[in-house]
Amino acid sequence: MSAAAEASLGREHGLELLRQMLRIRGFEDRCYRLYGELKIRGFLHLYNGEEAVAVGAMEVFRPTDAIVSTYREHGHAIARGIPMKNVMAELYGKQTGCSRGRGGSMHLFDVSKRFYGGNAIVAGGLPIAVGLALAQQLQHQSDLTACFFGDGAVAEGEFHESLNLAALWKLPILFLCENNLYAMGTAIERAQAETDITRKARAYRMEADAVDGMDVFAVEAAVRSAAAKIRNGGPALLEMRTYRFRAHSMFDPQLYRDKTEVESWQKKGPLITLTTRLKALGLMSEDDYQRLEREAGAEIDAAVQFAESSPWEPVSDLERFVYAERAS
Amino acid sequence: MQNEPPEAAARMTYRDAVREGIREALKADPRVFLMGEDVGRYGGSYAVSRGLLAEFGPERIRDTPLSESAFVGAGIGAALGGLRPIVEIMTVNFSLLALDQIVNNAATLSHMSGGQLNVPVVIRLATGAGRQLAAQHSHSLEGWYAHIPGLRIVAPATLDDARFMLGAALASPDPVLIFEHLHLYNMEGVLTSGIVRVDLDHAVIRRPGRDVTLITYGWSLYKCLAAAEALARDGIEAEVLDLRTLRPLDDAAITESVRRTRRAVIVDEGWRSGSLSAEVTCRIVEQAFYDLDAPVARVCAAEVPVPYAKHLEDAALPSPAVIEAAVRGVAARSGSG
Amino acid sequence: MKIEFRLPSLGADMESAVLTEWLKKPGDRVRQGEPLVTVETTKGLIDVESYDDGQLLEHLAQPGAKVPVGAVLARLEVEGTSRSPPAPPAPHATPAPPVPHAPPAPPAPHATPAPPAALTAELPAPAPALAAGSPEEAAAPHARISPAARRRAHELGVSLEDLERSGGGDIVHIEDVEKLAARKPAAPTDERALMRATIGAAMARAKREIPHYYLGHCVDFGPARDWLTRHNAPLPVKERLLDAVLITKAVALAAFRLEGFNGYFRSGRFEQSTAVNAGVAIAVRGGGLVAPALLDAHRKDLATLMQELSALVVRVRAGHLRSGEFTAATLTITNLGAEGVDVLYPVINPPQVAIIGAGAIRDRPWVEDGRVVVRPVLTLALAADHRVTDGRAGARFLRATADLLAQPQAL
Repeated sequence: MSAAAEASLGREHGLELLRQMLRIRGFEDRCYRLYGELKIRGFLHLYNGEEAVAVGAMEVFRPTDAIVSTYREHGHAIARGIPMKNVMAELYGKQTGCSRGRGGSMHLFDVSKRFYGGNAIVAGGLPIAVGLALAQQLQHQSDLTACFFGDGAVAEGEFHESLNLAALWKLPILFLCENNLYAMGTAIERAQAETDITRKARAYRMEADAVDGMDVFAVEAAVRSAAAKIRNGGPALLEMRTYRFRAHSMFDPQLYRDKTEVESWQKKGPLITLTTRLKALGLMSEDDYQRLEREAGAEIDAAVQFAESSPWEPVSDLERFVYAERAS
Repeated sequence: MQNEPPEAAARMTYRDAVREGIREALKADPRVFLMGEDVGRYGGSYAVSRGLLAEFGPERIRDTPLSESAFVGAGIGAALGGLRPIVEIMTVNFSLLALDQIVNNAATLSHMSGGQLNVPVVIRLATGAGRQLAAQHSHSLEGWYAHIPGLRIVAPATLDDARFMLGAALASPDPVLIFEHLHLYNMEGVLTSGIVRVDLDHAVIRRPGRDVTLITYGWSLYKCLAAAEALARDGIEAEVLDLRTLRPLDDAAITESVRRTRRAVIVDEGWRSGSLSAEVTCRIVEQAFYDLDAPVARVCAAEVPVPYAKHLEDAALPSPAVIEAAVRGVAARSGSG
Repeated sequence: MKIEFRLPSLGADMESAVLTEWLKKPGDRVRQGEPLVTVETTKGLIDVESYDDGQLLEHLAQPGAKVPVGAVLARLEVEGTSRSPPAPPAPHATPAPPVPHAPPAPPAPHATPAPPAALTAELPAPAPALAAGSPEEAAAPHARISPAARRRAHELGVSLEDLERSGGGDIVHIEDVEKLAARKPAAPTDERALMRATIGAAMARAKREIPHYYLGHCVDFGPARDWLTRHNAPLPVKERLLDAVLITKAVALAAFRLEGFNGYFRSGRFEQSTAVNAGVAIAVRGGGLVAPALLDAHRKDLATLMQELSALVVRVRAGHLRSGEFTAATLTITNLGAEGVDVLYPVINPPQVAIIGAGAIRDRPWVEDGRVVVRPVLTLALAADHRVTDGRAGARFLRATADLLAQPQAL
């Protein structure tokens, strides 16, 4: 391939990654505002700073792969392709939300995208992900299950049970740990005797690597390499070293960390890292950036409009779907 | 006859019947597999799955590590992924370790996803007391689980139900918990000829009567039947209603019986406070109040952790004698006449 | 454009915050995401950031102030159009009211959170007073009677007072009620006896509550008879009019034209009814009496009344009355002429206020123009409610009826 062709592929790809991250960043910032304006209620966990992990990883997965995430899932959902308007409608609690308004921020589901939530219990999704991978193995599918979770989950028994089971049964599952150094307000060194998460996975004889979670290219490369191995063999874990720029959730004065620490991470955040790189390679102009930001803004505006004007699920439907509805 | 299972005429135990149910399911549907602690090599802690590993292989008779949360959650995930897992939790006592997966995932995913997902997982659990296994191994928590919307809870008490409820549960798109009382595994009998399937929706009158309705499930069914025999000798005809399904409760059957007999005694091996027996009592009050000729009575476990010493354990659990006394208490006539 | 910057909600249970320190002053430029002000919350100090790029124009709240969520803190000039409406969120229509057994409806999501209402224990309303005359009323407070026994007692007409006495403080079961009922011969165990009991109860009440006055009047039925003979001659038997129909129509018309005889006495007052639904007392096979209504009797022509009366009689005999027919009568006419008594003194059917009794029409000596002649004489008796009318009005009513019967062709 000619250098020019390579460059243009690189530009297209780079801008696509940037576009996705800008969509997520803009979405999360808008959510912050909407929560303050009482449009979104309950708990809200924003993804600012971690965009590279969701975007880099989702680039790799197939539509038939299964995704399990956590309550900090907006980035995963949007990068996975759940329409932004349905995510926003879900946050508003409207019937057009991807979970009919039933779940809210922590429980986004989209079966057509094989996106299985969203779980409010730390580490609650890991056993389910193991089961999805088990089904893929037993049905001889070449698909994998990607399971996102945070450093806090590593303390739970379910993390250990799940890694052990996955390794024992050689399941096609990629454990993606987003280590943002804090489990709510507890820094990892105060919670873990062993803070190197890859070592824990290797203790279960599982392939494990650490990745610079601020570098979307690094994330993508690592996930691509891991996925290829998983489709042919057993599970793996990637520890994405990242940082969340906002508080754990909305109502959090962040008494547990220094503003200077946050600022220093913000200087090497995923958007800055990527745009610096792209500019250095001559693959992105300031106009490109503005355009992508504007487009993201317009998409977010439309999503908000959609959510605002969508109907509420009628209360008479409250008891629907407790159990599966059968054709009468 | 073509439809009759080949073992119909033979004597078998409740355990054998459960095993046959599992075998039939494994043979009929390649998506079905059994997963749990010691179900394979050990043959099942209650010998239910004995011989199945040799017949179906380790992928389908799958031993798990002692990781209740992980393997119950994996059962849920596998069900989401298109399989039909039978998850065996050794006893209800250990299910507490998987409570999060059962209550926060299995029960909620359908409603919470707006109907996109359903979780066709079957979870079998041994339950109950009476073998001097002491407090941590003697729980009857099916009433607790029956509290949770999104779950279906059944308790097979007869051989027919042990044999065929599993098939019905596997056919259901919803998560079903099957509670097998550990005292029933050794119970012997024959399957009723002609029965090739059962439903999960209805209570059944096991003994018709006119003077009082005994409402129960599981092992307590047999205690009620024994009490009914004794009462009949004194001219008190007790009707015995086997609930079979604890969630949802068969309101129609309960109400129909109590309207006729006008007296109800509920026998539940759980503790009375906030229990299934309390729920049934409440439904009777809501639906058949004006037909009652006496207050509803309950026979439940004593409000203690189940003790080890035999005489204490016997005193702590419902017994035919106590059930009889409860019936006589509500059947008593006033002095006028 | 100028926008108001309000204190955002940062948590589900955040209601207010104390403004601690302004980080930007009027005139400062601000960027989206930059903190504008620090506030103190129950959880600690939180920096509140700007949603937009722009310039801070003025502070509208001062350090030290405790402000609720949604309160305006500052005014800003922002660039371009703000992406969200700056005005406070307009309340959206809340979802439809909950179905009866659903949990309480969620609070309107777009309203600002109200301060938590003081939890008040709501005491259940005191049990409503039971309907007068119901069995429950009679039971003493400490009676222990099962629900099924109460219901059976009601059905069998066994008074709970009796039950109480016989029960002697024990719990009373259905069996006890049935035993007690069997001992009382009057206890109705079949429909007929039940009807007798019901009528008895109504008559007892009438005699207890209604101050009856009675008036009697002899009417020359000759003109009516003559007219009837002529009218009926060409008609087939089925269509021939009976005396009773003429009497009914005359009474109905008189009642329609006068005040105080057609309507209901309820809650201490009389309500005149605009239509005259004449209750016609009809004997039931096997004993007993019902008085279903001929609706709008004052307006219908005689042929129609005759048809309806015949149909009513048939239905009564067959036991096929509609419930509305039982309760619709606004006054009653009872005709025992067929039984051969001259006068009857009837009892009013509450809540009606009048009843007219018609005795047998007999040939009697009658004085006309100073000479004694023989006439068919009908003796009408009026029993009326003295709370509503007096003898004078009653007399006018009877004379009006008589006058109408004297002109049968006009009925």
